This record gives sequence, C-alpha cells and structure tokens, in this order.
Amino acid sequence: MTSGRAQLLRDMVRIRVVEETLADYYRDEQQMRTPTHFSIGQEATAVGVCAATTSQDLVFTAHRSHAPYLAKGGDLKAMVAELYGKQAGCAHGRGGSIHLVDRAVGFGGSAAILGEMIPVAVGAAWAFARSGRPRAVATFFGDGATEEGVFAESLNLASVHRVPVVFVCENNLYSISSPIGARQPAGSTIQDRAEAAGVTAARVDGNDVFAVYEAAQRALRHCREGNGPYLLELATYRWREHVGPGFDHGQDHGYRPVRETEAWMARCPIVRATEILREQHPDIDRTVAEWSAQYGDEIQRAVVYAKEQPFPDVDALLDGAYHPVPR
Amino acid sequence: MRTLTYWQAISEATVQCMEADESIFIAGEGVDDIKGTFGTTKEAYARFGANRVIDVPNSENATAGFAVGAAACGLRPLLVHTRADFMFLALDPLVNLAAKWRYMYGGDKGGVPVVTRGVVGRGWGQGATHSQSPHATFAHYAGLYVAAPASPADAKGLLVQALTGDTPVVLVENRNLYPLTGEVPAGATAIPFGVGRIARRGADVTVVATSLMVHEAERAAVQLAEQGISVEVVDVRSLRPLDDRIICESVARTGRLVVADTSWARYGFTAEVAAVVAEHIPHALTAPIRRLALPDCPAPVSWPLEEAFHPGAGGIVEACLQLCGQAPGDLPALADVAAGFQGPY
Repeated sequence: MTSGRAQLLRDMVRIRVVEETLADYYRDEQQMRTPTHFSIGQEATAVGVCAATTSQDLVFTAHRSHAPYLAKGGDLKAMVAELYGKQAGCAHGRGGSIHLVDRAVGFGGSAAILGEMIPVAVGAAWAFARSGRPRAVATFFGDGATEEGVFAESLNLASVHRVPVVFVCENNLYSISSPIGARQPAGSTIQDRAEAAGVTAARVDGNDVFAVYEAAQRALRHCREGNGPYLLELATYRWREHVGPGFDHGQDHGYRPVRETEAWMARCPIVRATEILREQHPDIDRTVAEWSAQYGDEIQRAVVYAKEQPFPDVDALLDGAYHPVPR
Repeated sequence: MRTLTYWQAISEATVQCMEADESIFIAGEGVDDIKGTFGTTKEAYARFGANRVIDVPNSENATAGFAVGAAACGLRPLLVHTRADFMFLALDPLVNLAAKWRYMYGGDKGGVPVVTRGVVGRGWGQGATHSQSPHATFAHYAGLYVAAPASPADAKGLLVQALTGDTPVVLVENRNLYPLTGEVPAGATAIPFGVGRIARRGADVTVVATSLMVHEAERAAVQLAEQGISVEVVDVRSLRPLDDRIICESVARTGRLVVADTSWARYGFTAEVAAVVAEHIPHALTAPIRRLALPDCPAPVSWPLEEAFHPGAGGIVEACLQLCGQAPGDLPALADVAAGFQGPY
C-alpha cells in the first residue's frame, strides 16, 4: 500500500508511535533531561503540510517540534540521541528537544521563544525568492504565538515584499493552560488577522490530514507562483500536557474539561484517516497494525542506539559559540 | 594617506564590501532616504538601489528575525538603526537566535552573520530614550561580537571585518564621531575584533576608553601633560571579545586606572574592565580604580541637566589628578567633543 494518501496515514502512525514511546521512556526513566512538547493528537498538521513541501523547501518550527521534524524527514536516531543529550544528537546535545535541526532534509530549525521563528522563515523565503529559485518556506507556530507582536510584524513584512512563506498556525486552543477565549477576542480568527495584513489565508480542519495536505499544496503553489505569503489556520488539539509526557485533562488540572478532551480524542486524525481510506483499502486496519509494529521496532532501536552513544566531551563545552574561537 | 570623515569611512567600507560580495544587503528604517543614515548608506543606495538597500516597515523585531533567516540561507544582512534605543525591540532575535544559532544547533551547521549598526549618543535634548548606548547590553551575550570604533580607520576596518566574518556583530557608532576626520586606508582591510590599540602613550595613568570617550581621554591627556602627568589612552575598539592583554599590560606599567564610558557604570563596560584588572593583576594598582560613566538616572533633556549628565574630558582630568595625588587646581574647563553641536536635533 503506497498510495499518496496512505503515505500520509503511515507518516502519522510513525510519529504517534515514536512520540508515545518517547513519552513512556521520558516519564519512566528520566534520562531525557530536556523539556519535550509532544504533538500526540495533532500529527495531521505536521504530516499534511510537510508532505506538500519539496525537498528544496525549508521548514522552521516553534517548540512543538518533533512531529514537523519527523514529517519533513528528519533523522529519527539523531533526534532521539538529541533528547538523550548525546554527541550523536542532531545538535550534538547543545539544543535539546526545542532546538532540533536537520538541514539535509530541509528542516531549518526549531526554537522556543513564542513567534521568533516566524520572521526567520520570512527572511529565509525572501532569500530564496531573491535567488530566483522556486522554493518556499513553511513556519509552524501555535495560536499563542499569534498574540506576539512579531506575528503581526511578520505578516506585514511578508505581505509588503510578497515573500513566498506559508504561515502554519496549529490552533490547539490552549497556551499552556490559558484557553484562547481568555487571550483573543471572541468572534475573531487568526485567519482574519492575516487577511487584514493582505495575506491570503484559509481555515482548515487540522485533524483531517487530507484536507491539510490539499490546503498546503494550494498555499505552496500560491507562493511559488509569486503571489506572496499564505496563512493556514489549522484547528487541532493536543492530547498531552503542554510540556512533558503526561495527560492533564483530569479534574486535578482544572483547565480543560474532560469531555472536551475526549471529544477531540474521538476525532483522532489517525482514526479519521483510517476510516476514510477503508473504503478503498479494506485491509487498512491490518496495514496500520503492521506499521505500528514496524515503527515500534524502529523507535526501540533508536532508543537503544541513543543510550549507547557517548555524551559530549566536557572539554568541548565552548566549541561552537564562536567560529573561529576568539582568543 | 588620505583622510576621511568617520561617516565617509563607514560608507566606503559598506560600498566596497557590497561590491565584493553580492550577498550583502542593507535593511533599516529610512536607509534609502535623502539623509541616508547620517550619510553612511547614501552612496550604497545610489550604487546598488532598492534591491540591496531596503527600507523596512517599523518592525525592529521582525526585521532582525528576518535577517537571521536570510543569513541562515546564505545572505549577509547589514541592519541599521538610526537610534540604537530601538534595538531593544530587536533583542529577541539578536540575543536568543543570532548569538546562539551556531552553538545551539550543534556548532557545525554554520552561524548567522547578521551585522547590526546602531547609532548612539547625544544631539541636544534627545533625552531618556533617544541617546542611550546599549553596547554593554549586547556585549553580555556569548555568540555576539560588539565593537564601538572611535576613529574613522577603525570604523571602516571593523565594519569590513564584520561583513566578511562568520559571527553576528553589533557595531555601536556615536553620532558625534561622524564629522571627525582621520587617515583611512583606501582598501577594504579588515581590523580583527578583540585587538585594542594604544591611542596615546603615557607612563603615569592608564585611561581605558571606548568610542567617543577615547577622544575625550585624548583631550584630557593633552591638558594633563601640561601638568606633568603622562596619560596612556587605551582604545579597546571592541568590547567582545575584549583585549584583556592590552589593558593589563598598560595598567601594569602605570599602576593607575581610569575607565571611561558613555553608558552607566553598574554591570557595564567600566565594570568589566575593572574586573579584568582585578582578576589578572590585582597587585599592580597603586591607587583605587576610578570609573567615569553616566549618573544613575535616565538622560534628561534640559540643557544644564544634560551638560551635567554626560561625562567628558573634564571629568577624566579630575579623576587622573586625583589618582596622582594632585589637587584639581584652576585648569580651564575642557569642552566635550559634542560641544559644537548646532542642531537641529
């Protein structure tokens, strides 16, 4: 089963299995000493957008970085080694979960200050446009980041200079424990704010990977054809806590109703894609089970690998702060 | 050698570097206007046009982030702030991204050599938020280079180094230096960061200074020479990396240290220089260290208050006399470098 649509499902299954496994190790062993922001439940946004990019396109993200990194083709073993703080990590143990990078596959980097990678993507896309190359850049951020001034500044800047950048807002309704209704005016959307800056924008069901994929294709085509930037507002929901491996929708946590979380879990992007594909692929459930087993083996091997790797040499603590090292 | 003004030297460095390297572009608010950032970007705009000298929206934060992204994709941005006070709006991209990019992505994937020029210093009545010099703020963060050239030759050489190096750089230019003239090499020769210079040889007191205060120290040294006090003036040129050696070698010879700066003393340039001497050569000092810096209040506007606020040659003279055990006496007051300012603002 290798159809394009099945591949989208397969990529989501891989990310789900990887992240659930990592969350277990994170909680049980406490050997990954880096704050991790899991995308469990919102895999469709990363997979749908990244699948629409080419290998020449760049992706930048915020702190919720594992899913876009993997969806863009980032090296799994290097990511896991990074979480374990090892020299073999994608940032050699200097970056951690929130500073992943794999330039070889077009993952330009993730960073954790809200909104700060938004203008970086604009600058990167502007550099591409200047060189005449038909390349685009996508930048992932949450609904919380749209409250930062730099979001508005970046929309304006990209719009004025018609920069080929796709702003990807994963609207999961919460900034840590603050609901969007407490932070943004009722009745306004993130799409509205983009359009006010002259940026073409669309709101899409972010738990429907096929809809996300098609919207991302439209957005990227819009950019490549020289029409300027595009914003995708993708409605989705994270199942786990903001940071860390646990669930936090019980009464003890008090910020989101159990019923709300359960309703979103019922709209699981993997379950929904499986249901859609079942008509064409009657044996899809067996295939998903096979993928799960296959990726379960892959992540277990990656964890074993990461654990075996050496930590960075402490004598190299300063290396990389400058080049060349100042006297 | 021919002489240029400080602003002409910056302009020449910019144009020569942009001719040699097509990846360099200038971005800033009004860099393409008739004044051309005190003249420094005017010729670049005339030569290279709006495609490489780019007027940007009033968005310091996004523009600095934009520059980081462009640099990550192989371009060389030169950001210009006509008032360095606005650079506080660009702190996040410069401090959290540009300074850390190379290191936090593993050290082997390249840096983002964003060069930021910030114009600082008093005109008249610029007040609390239009005359600050944030060099120490930026110099605090590993991953950046910070320089504050005092002479036209250094303004050119350090900018050439910034535009050809691999490290993000903040260059602080005191606007009162723009009309000053000096000999400047014709070619685009880089001056390395972290190498200070002896601006004047002396034996009795070391004055370590940066930017405008180098000139104030030289004026003070002339008057002090008439009093029989020989002053050595050390121009550090760059604040990070700091040339610890030239500072310590000078203080080891003179035994006395005055540090002069255009910003505040606490946690600033003068504190850093004092710490370097205290750590490396604590027994060399024959008198306590004296620091000349801004009083602990925001910059005022009213003329007499402003005169009292900014340190200058007179303060350096007084500090040196005190360290050498001489009474202040009846020396004529020295005018500051900025004293001839004719406005309009």
